Amino acid sequence: MSVEEKVKENPVEEFLRTDRLPHVWCQGCGIGTTVNCFARAVRKCGIPLEKLAIVSGICCTGRVAGYLKLDSFHVTHGRPIPFATGLKLANPELTVVVYSGDGDIAAIGGNHLINAARRNVDITVIMLNNFTYAMTGGQVTPTAPYESINTTAPYGAYEKPFNLPHLVASCGAVYVARWTAYHVVQLTKAMVEAMNKKGFSFIEVISPCPTIFLRRNRLGDAIAELKFYKEHSVIKHGADTSEVGWDETRPDEIIVGKFVDVERPDFIEAMNTHLSKRLGDKYVWWGKK
Amino acid sequence: MATAEKTKKKKFRGVVHVLPERCKGCRVCVEFCPTGAITMSDGFNSRGFHYPEFTYPEKCTGCELCGMYCPDFAIYGYREKIGEGE
Ligand SMILES: Cc1ncc(C[n+]2csc(CCOP(=O)(O)OP(=O)(O)O)c2C)c(N)n1
Ligand code: SF4
Ligand code: SF4
Ligand code: SF4
Ligand SMILES: [Mg+2]
Repeated sequence: MSVEEKVKENPVEEFLRTDRLPHVWCQGCGIGTTVNCFARAVRKCGIPLEKLAIVSGICCTGRVAGYLKLDSFHVTHGRPIPFATGLKLANPELTVVVYSGDGDIAAIGGNHLINAARRNVDITVIMLNNFTYAMTGGQVTPTAPYESINTTAPYGAYEKPFNLPHLVASCGAVYVARWTAYHVVQLTKAMVEAMNKKGFSFIEVISPCPTIFLRRNRLGDAIAELKFYKEHSVIKHGADTSEVGWDETRPDEIIVGKFVDVERPDFIEAMNTHLSKRLGDKYVWWGKK
Repeated sequence: MATAEKTKKKKFRGVVHVLPERCKGCRVCVEFCPTGAITMSDGFNSRGFHYPEFTYPEKCTGCELCGMYCPDFAIYGYREKIGEGE
């Protein structure tokens, strides 16, 4: 923020439905921290508010859509990506952001995730990874690390967790980054870049869930978790995504950074180019040329 | 002497506001403030949470980190030109 700009109210305020505060998130929950980053990113990215839409699925993270004073949609569990895809295709001028949980995006919504990345649909997915289905009390998710305790894995998880940056990168996502709730400045910057990126962009945000994941795994409070991120994160921009997986409950190294930033025609562009080539003058170009 | 000169040169000061009723007492702001300008109050808000106080304004740089971290939108800091509003 420039020093000339005098801020008398909380910079996040203008983007919030303040009549709904205090919010429902627990003490120390990282979701609100990421909302601070998002509000600043919205200010910085230069996109007019009437051209910005937020889509969340049902989950703790999905409440973001309810608290943001933007055109926000809180849709069925697992379906924010297809909803966002429809929104973008119907109105290509919109910047569409999906803001949701790891279970919502990668479990029930996993098929939508890989296909949106493959098609390079021009949306941004901000996926808050708290390693569990927090809203429903902590069942095991496809992101639950080995040995982590969940209600449906009382002796610890034994399935290999998803390496989501690698998954979406291999499907063709053009922007892939991972940060934690500790990296507020970097996360804000990544959100700006992702929203301004044409094509499918994906940010994984590792975030503390003190009530469910941390408590059940006896990992302490939000401060302890943020300190863990601080001490164990290693910034590796351009890292080989096959090597960024979070497998153990407490990895020695949390690899964060901007892993992918490449160019590839997005879904609408590919459709327009292909169909105008095949149909010639009969084809009506969709969206801005 | 050196400190006095330094204070003289300071053109900006940090300002912090707390909205106690929103606070859930997680202490994240106090923990991650780089200068130690805020501390937890002994007081409670109406829901029984301790909230932060701007105890050492002279230490604050207005870096804004407390506001970036606060999960409850209950605190925020900014820089103000010295002399403004005086
Ligand atoms: C179709 C459907 N299946 C299951 C549910 C129950 N449900 C609600 S939230 C949720 C999990 C949310 O977990 P995640 O997406 O990781 O978000 P978090 O709450 O951790 O932020 C589930 C399974 C539902 N609402 N709808
Ligand atoms: S259950 Fe976990 S993710 Fe949900 S609001 Fe509480 S701390 Fe946040
Ligand atoms: S603005 Fe920065 S220095 Fe001032 S109280 Fe907040 S975190 Fe501390
Ligand atoms: S970070 Fe926010 S909620 Fe937590 S103690 Fe500070 S003001 Fe209160
Ligand atoms: Mg989750």
